[in-house]
Amino acid sequence: MDGAAAPLPLIDIRNVAKSYRRGGQIVPVLTDITLEVYAGDFLGLMGPSGSGKSTLLNLIAGIDKPDAGDLFFDGVDITRLSETELADWRAGTVGFIFQFYNLIPVLTAFENVELPLTLTRLTRRERREHVEAALALVGLSDRMPHYPSELSGGQQQRVAIARAIITDPRLIVADEPTGDLDRHSAEEVLTLMDRLNTDLGKTIVMVTHDRRAADQAHAIMYLDKGELSTAADVHERSLR
Amino acid sequence: MQFLKLILRNALRHRLRTALTVLGLVVAILSFGLLQTVVGAWYAGAEGAAPTRLVTRNAVSLVFSMPLSYRDQIRAVDGVRTVSYATWFAGIYQDPKNFFPQFAIEPRTYFAMYPEYLVAPQEFAAFLRDRKGAVIGRKLAGTHHLKVGDALPLRGTIFPGTWEFTVRAIYDGVDTKTDTSQMFFHWEYLNETVKKRSRSHADQVGVYLVDVTDVDRTAEVSHTIDTLFKNSLAETLTETERAFQIGFVKQTEALVVAIRIVSYVVIVIILAVMANTMAMTARERLGEYATLKALGFSPVYIAALILGESVAIAAIGAAIGIALTFPVSDWFAAQVGTLFPVFKVSGETVVLQILCALGVGVIAAAVPGRRAAMVKIAEGLRAIR
Repeated sequence: MDGAAAPLPLIDIRNVAKSYRRGGQIVPVLTDITLEVYAGDFLGLMGPSGSGKSTLLNLIAGIDKPDAGDLFFDGVDITRLSETELADWRAGTVGFIFQFYNLIPVLTAFENVELPLTLTRLTRRERREHVEAALALVGLSDRMPHYPSELSGGQQQRVAIARAIITDPRLIVADEPTGDLDRHSAEEVLTLMDRLNTDLGKTIVMVTHDRRAADQAHAIMYLDKGELSTAADVHERSLR
Repeated sequence: MQFLKLILRNALRHRLRTALTVLGLVVAILSFGLLQTVVGAWYAGAEGAAPTRLVTRNAVSLVFSMPLSYRDQIRAVDGVRTVSYATWFAGIYQDPKNFFPQFAIEPRTYFAMYPEYLVAPQEFAAFLRDRKGAVIGRKLAGTHHLKVGDALPLRGTIFPGTWEFTVRAIYDGVDTKTDTSQMFFHWEYLNETVKKRSRSHADQVGVYLVDVTDVDRTAEVSHTIDTLFKNSLAETLTETERAFQIGFVKQTEALVVAIRIVSYVVIVIILAVMANTMAMTARERLGEYATLKALGFSPVYIAALILGESVAIAAIGAAIGIALTFPVSDWFAAQVGTLFPVFKVSGETVVLQILCALGVGVIAAAVPGRRAAMVKIAEGLRAIR
């Protein structure tokens, strides 16, 4: 025994279940999910439509709460946080990348990236420095005054990535980040996400249908009918 | 700063929709202001009444007169400072539509009792010297382009015949609330002409105007005067000038109430329009609000965004509406001539316009703001797909 303690998972999901009420019926979406994600991981979540991928991602990101089970982030059970505490936790801990970018159309690229920083105590000058650095990182320094409607899909997604990292969050959740992009733009976005993971050490959980996007991840988990399995499990099931 | 920027840009996002909503607000606030000004004009006479002035009239009806001999008896009542008198003339100047109030008065006591009518001393002296002279208000002079020295013939209705007057003085009001649409002439001229035609109708006056020494004694003095003429041929009814004026307004009170109700109905209609606009706006942006909440913005911030936008639109509409109320009311006053002696937008009306606009902005944002603030992030994000 070398005496070194095993690292604790950054995200520790234990026996989580979630169901939705649709037309008076309760539809189970996730059943007894247990998952550990370590700091610096890049996890891909795959599965057919309606399998519960986005629901699991929402739970991890703290924008939804499970019906049962515990969800620890760095030792804190986020299921027990109040709405206000959860909002503060998200603002400081999670960066979001959405399929349709979700930029605010009336704000410029600069202002969209600056938006999360308005919740911090940073001065205007400090905010400007941070935003310029983030937009430089995603290669859009020359697009700062442009509105989302003046940018291509790939550029909008890169602005969204800059917004996701602007508060230096430990976790980035990405829901189909390449789902609305052409192949070239998708590759740019995936390269960028790989850099966030390898160079900046961000932990990334990404939901995707795209096999090429999933290949960027260090590990892939499959969700089907509310149950989670690894690639090996899937392979084993397919042989049976 | 970002918050205000977001509110402003959101308000201008659908320019046509915002422009139409603002247009609706402008029309509503302007209409409200004009209707409230009409109501205010109705009460202008009562507003200008002095608290120490009493009016004594025939107890049966204002159309019946009282003997001139009452003057000295009223003057002798304890607490009375001055007594004057006036008779309603009701003459027609050129055309019946050129209506303006005309009173035959005892000039010295009358103008002493009404210091709000400002007459140049030399003009007043000229008026006193001319038994057929007349004093007219500045508004009346402006309406009919009359100046000092002009002839002012009236065709009598209560007192038949053509009556020749000469404008000897033009009075101004001490403030904008003073009625300057009236004409005054010598009661003596009226009386001597009536005496020539029918001696039995002479030496009669329409109303006595009584100035009381102490405002706290108005009730007591009124009672004493009326007791004095109890069981006489012309019993009297004495009341404060304000009550006397309100008595006139009360005859048309249903109309005033209707105008007042319509003014608020206009506000309710624009509230419905505004609420619909804000509901559509909030529904369209549900995904954006969910995104903001996901980024860590609080429900209060989301509600404040919608409230701010609604109030901003209402404020723009109100500012334009209020700014237009003044020139439009001036134009309206010019169109109706001397029908409304005083037609001015009051400070109270402007405050009401501001409060109504603010109320519209706040109430219209209440339901959409609450709905957007309470939206579940996961559900709101699905709205983007």
